[in-house]
Amino acid sequence: MSCIRSIVAVSVLASIGVSTAVTAQEMISDTTARKQPLTTWGVQFEEFEYRYSDDDEELGVWNADAFYGTDDFKVRLLTTGEYEIEEQAYETLENQLVGQIPISKFFDAKAGVRFDTPEGPDRTYAVLGVAGLAPQWFEIDANLYVSNDGDTSAELDAEYELLFTNYWILAATLDASVAFSEDEEIGVGKGLVSTETGLRLSYDLIDRAFSPYVGVVHERKYGDSADLAEASGGGTEDWFAVIGARIAF
Amino acid sequence: MKTRLLTGLLSLLMPAMVMAGEYDLTVDRVKIDTGDFVKEGIGYNGASPGPVMRFKEGENVKINVTNNLDEMTSIHWHGLILPFDQDGVPGISFPGIKPGETFTYEFPIQQAGTYWFHSHSGFQEPDGAYGSIVIEPEGREPFRYDREYVVQLTDKHPHSGDRIMRNLKMMPDYYNREQQTVGEFFSDVSKNGLMNTVSDRMAWGGMRMMKADVEDIHGFTGLINGKGPSQNWTGIFEPGERIRLRFINSSAMTYFDIRIPGLDMTVVQADGNNVQPVSVDEFRIGVAETYDVIVRPKDEQAYTIFAESMGRSGYARATLAPEEGMEAAVPQLREPARLTMADMSGMAGMDHGSMAGMDHGDMNMSSSEGMGGMDHSSMEGMDHSNMKGMDHSNMEGMDHSGMSGMDHGSMAMGKKGGPSDPFYAKGSGLVPTAANGGKFLSYADLKAQDPLYELREPTREIELRLTGNMERYTWSINGVKYEDADPIRLKYGERVRFKFVNETMMTHPMHLHGMWSILDVGAGQWNPIKHTISVNPGTTVYMETEVDEPGQWAFHCHLSYHAAAGMFRKVIVEGGPESAQAKTDVLVEDGGEV
Repeated sequence: MSCIRSIVAVSVLASIGVSTAVTAQEMISDTTARKQPLTTWGVQFEEFEYRYSDDDEELGVWNADAFYGTDDFKVRLLTTGEYEIEEQAYETLENQLVGQIPISKFFDAKAGVRFDTPEGPDRTYAVLGVAGLAPQWFEIDANLYVSNDGDTSAELDAEYELLFTNYWILAATLDASVAFSEDEEIGVGKGLVSTETGLRLSYDLIDRAFSPYVGVVHERKYGDSADLAEASGGGTEDWFAVIGARIAF
Repeated sequence: MKTRLLTGLLSLLMPAMVMAGEYDLTVDRVKIDTGDFVKEGIGYNGASPGPVMRFKEGENVKINVTNNLDEMTSIHWHGLILPFDQDGVPGISFPGIKPGETFTYEFPIQQAGTYWFHSHSGFQEPDGAYGSIVIEPEGREPFRYDREYVVQLTDKHPHSGDRIMRNLKMMPDYYNREQQTVGEFFSDVSKNGLMNTVSDRMAWGGMRMMKADVEDIHGFTGLINGKGPSQNWTGIFEPGERIRLRFINSSAMTYFDIRIPGLDMTVVQADGNNVQPVSVDEFRIGVAETYDVIVRPKDEQAYTIFAESMGRSGYARATLAPEEGMEAAVPQLREPARLTMADMSGMAGMDHGSMAGMDHGDMNMSSSEGMGGMDHSSMEGMDHSNMKGMDHSNMEGMDHSGMSGMDHGSMAMGKKGGPSDPFYAKGSGLVPTAANGGKFLSYADLKAQDPLYELREPTREIELRLTGNMERYTWSINGVKYEDADPIRLKYGERVRFKFVNETMMTHPMHLHGMWSILDVGAGQWNPIKHTISVNPGTTVYMETEVDEPGQWAFHCHLSYHAAAGMFRKVIVEGGPESAQAKTDVLVEDGGEV
């Protein structure tokens, strides 16, 4: 019995020893990741598609963005391009690098540069824009551009998603661009330049990471820009059937 | 004779060993098979969930935790009252456990009941690092049972925690697959009329809020004791036995509504503390909460333990049966829950002008009791068309004419099993009802069996507004994320009244480490003692804390991705008994929220 008691006594003593050691330890300050701004990233291809037009033009098209950053500041790379498959040439090729900060509950402001390097003359622009979610669930991206030649233009992208089911989604898009001065070399006239409207019916096959779709896209040029296009022997209006996938990772 | 002596000796030895029990836990990479998918995760002693740790009240435990991962880890003993440096929160209690290291936790067990433990590092807990704790009381328990089982729930997702967090930051509705569709629009039109439906959609669209935003994460498989619905964890019983079921919700994000069709459940304990027994047909268990219930199956048949997620996006299922292999019918999931404008009512600066077309279609008024004086004023387009079983025949003094200022206060209708619960916003779409029309447990039913503290006036009140922005997936307290926040400073010996004001449309299970949360249910001395307090959207909930543990503690929403997004605070208790005083004095951190 006495033997057992002494074991207990030893263990009690030991625990007292440890607790005094612990008492001497000071309170630490939080340097873990939790106390740091949460850094996150993402890559999204809103459009990654093959387009076939009513006059047999074939295009490979993408519209994607990648971001890295925190709630307070993100760096975003936006890239969009239209590749003429037969002519093996980029009809459009735009890359933007912007910094993005929140300015209201639902909107961010963006500023950065845009490089257009399609077939033909290149352009560099300064970009100022806002992007976010407008009432009634319209995704809005509005940008103001000033080119290295001093020409200014603006672009508005809007998107609305209609859920037929939680997997079958119809996305309606409208992109419109307006120029405040003429840039004849790249076929831009003053005023409303062009619109692109699209309807794409997608199915979320793998989470929201891979959603194949089919759809139609309508492109139109207006006013002076239309005249410039006609003068160079191009069309002013195109209808496309599209097939592609929305990708996010 | 000899064996007798030996057993005698052993039985003498046992209590001595128990008084200083030593336990070993290893943190390991494990494979988790849910029946729906197999996923690599993190577990303890080679499995997820980890073991049931059985302690005895009054014992001093020594737990050696060996980190076999290639990253830092930690174990937090959820709900246990212990010295702060044993609480296991990296950056607050201790630095964490490095890969390959063994950390020895050592603390006295000063309580009894059902608890759990989990990693407090990164997203290891959603990835599988959790287990249960059962503490045997020193004295007798105020209820009897013949058998007991731990019933530990989780919401196992095929994606890792890191990936889920990133996806939510990229697309907050990434996992929500119960959003309103075109089909629902037309079915609402046929129920409520075109104009009402359009104005309802416009009101929600105007706020950029989703009625379907009940659960952030869908697509999980509900597990009970690590088994998916198809693997069907089974607890064996002899008919007539009293079985104590120790429910623990170890989910990352999911509240469950639990029922056992055919059996009454008597709730005897909440968050490890005995409550005055209350008999229910169904109860909702918030993330990190525990409820102990006693059931008494009398028949030689199987019973299904059915745990539907609050938003009805998934479920867990297990069985109680007289023998292995028997099973009972598995109920269908009920209709997905939809928020109402009432759930939005906590939002600062919300425009109530858009409440025309408010939809009360979800309200099931089973009784007209208490409806006298109900005031439905000035709510144009308010639709009552879908109120099942609403009986107007004996409503006295119900006046719908020319009223201004709708009073929801008197809408406590349906005294028995009705859709009213003082812990939900009046008219909330989240008010639970029992599947069999019977009694659904409310916080208001919880009364302490044996109050731990004497009732006294709180020394002060601290308001904590639960805030966030779903579209940005940011979550905060008083509009400030943890990364930008000063600690909350409390003084040893005070009794603080916390006022939670939920200004978001989500439910937040708020967990204060190290000290008890006395939930104000209006029962004074008999208010229940908890460690996790669920605060529903659009509601204000009070809890009081006797500040009786020195040191620094975590205080956060227990939804993993809300905590990680910033709904988290450090609490510093200043002062204390002399031995602890030294610790507090060395702290040089500046600032403080209060």
